Amino acid sequence: MHVTQLSVFLENKPGHLARILEILSEQGINIVTLMIADTSDFGVIRMLTSDSDKAAQVLRDYQFTCSLTDVLALEVDDSPGALYKVLNTVLDAGLNIEYMYTFNEKRRDKVVMIFRFDQIEPAGRVLEATGYSVVHRSDIFGD
Amino acid sequence: MLVNNQETMTIKARRELQLERLKWSVRHAYQQVPHYQKSFDAVGFHPRHLAGLEDIKHIPFLTKQDMRDAYPYGLFAVGLDRVVRIHSSSGTTGNATIVGYTDHDIRVFSEVVARALACYGVTRSDVVQVAYGYGLFTGGLGLHYGVERLGAMAVPMSGGNTERQLMLIRDLGTTAIACTPSYALNIADAIADRYGDYDLSNTSLRLGILGAEPWSEQMRLEIERRLGIDAYDIYGLSEVIGPGVAAECRAKSGLHIFEDHFYVEVVDPETGEVLPEGEPGEIVYTSLTKEACPVIRYRSRDITRLYRDTCECGRTLLKMEKVFGRSDDMLIVRGVNVFPSQIEAVLMEIEGTEPHYQIVLDRRDAMDEIEIRVEVNNALFCDELKGLETLKKRIVQRMKSALSLSARITLVEPLSLARSQGKAKRVVDLRRI
Repeated sequence: MHVTQLSVFLENKPGHLARILEILSEQGINIVTLMIADTSDFGVIRMLTSDSDKAAQVLRDYQFTCSLTDVLALEVDDSPGALYKVLNTVLDAGLNIEYMYTFNEKRRDKVVMIFRFDQIEPAGRVLEATGYSVVHRSDIFGD
Repeated sequence: MLVNNQETMTIKARRELQLERLKWSVRHAYQQVPHYQKSFDAVGFHPRHLAGLEDIKHIPFLTKQDMRDAYPYGLFAVGLDRVVRIHSSSGTTGNATIVGYTDHDIRVFSEVVARALACYGVTRSDVVQVAYGYGLFTGGLGLHYGVERLGAMAVPMSGGNTERQLMLIRDLGTTAIACTPSYALNIADAIADRYGDYDLSNTSLRLGILGAEPWSEQMRLEIERRLGIDAYDIYGLSEVIGPGVAAECRAKSGLHIFEDHFYVEVVDPETGEVLPEGEPGEIVYTSLTKEACPVIRYRSRDITRLYRDTCECGRTLLKMEKVFGRSDDMLIVRGVNVFPSQIEAVLMEIEGTEPHYQIVLDRRDAMDEIEIRVEVNNALFCDELKGLETLKKRIVQRMKSALSLSARITLVEPLSLARSQGKAKRVVDLRRI
């Protein structure tokens, strides 16, 4: 049910992000979506890639610190109030969202959002029971 | 086990032996070395005043500066034609210190190192790769001669060239490696990062003889886990003889001091007052059997605690704790005394791994500031920012509660802090005093 996200630790220094992108491109790894969370000293880049295990291995070989996290990809209506409804469903079930971001793949009148829940399994079940579509890895990468 | 009479004699018998040897050594120093004659005369001390061991407290101290001022041969007690070797301690500020050995001194040196090896369970069938630097530094040749004296096989690799070290460990059947704790971690890192195919568990390596820098219990556990060995402490200082002044035994509970050759006291670093056994303080050495360069009441600047217990190994020798640090490694930050090794111990407690770190000291508006830069390795990394912020806060809190230190913590990428193969350089002091 989950999709694997790659997170990389990055200092706020010129060229460091570029280096990561260079390494991934050399390995033929495609980045499907990416977001950066930052503080004054450092940032964490989160990405969905075509091969997250390989990406993590390669970046560690280059001495980058990274980790793999399970996240949930969910189809959400592209209309006002849609995200609010999702959050209510989740709140009522007593589940907590750590962070979220969108995924640039517009499907008809829906968007795909990535959610990091502190408990991914119950969150997935609750959302599917309410009628939401969880997006699987095969839907994104076709494998 | 090479436990001979000298290591298991009763305390009473040993004290008698020590007194007899101390009288010889003090007299030898007084008669042969002008520095000692002058300093003893200045306080009205004469060797005949040494009636019991406690009378040693009347003898003035020998300091590192005295040794530097005596460069090169000022503290030698024999003619140079009797000196068969010299070593030098690294002098980063001022003159280096030159120490000399007669034939007899080399035998003593070899024997105490051999004893240390026996303490760890090294035997004639072992293959010991000596990865301490060979040369003026006492580590390489010191271990080498000790290995030969024991009858084991010495592989004189010296330091560095990790690829070659690994090759020999594999091909020669090395069972023990003698190197600094930093270098041991370096080897573990090299296998993890560059030699993924190298399988340590397929080699015969089972033991590490580590020293020449202070290292924590947590560092020991990490080295043991990552290299699959038992890691033991060997302690010494070139001013006293080199490695082999003290060594842990299989119990890994304190270091046995070879006190039939080295008489030790612990003093208050401020006042010089001799402290009772059990109290932490600066360790002071007096050689009992050295001919070329006797040391009488040498202030080592190493801080530790002396104590006695009943050791399961059967040795009745006085024990010392792993050295906390040099009194001159000690940092004073806004009036708080702290050793880099203590900071390291706090960092290691937090995640159970040893992160690479660096301490940067600065002064802003007349206030000392301490920044600890910590590399975020895979074990410490958290996907969520709050996790990393929590990590930072935890480190800040632990520094405060354990060491009374108000430190700023900066998380940095792996490999961004300088590495070195020898003793790790951990402190950058930007303050202009």
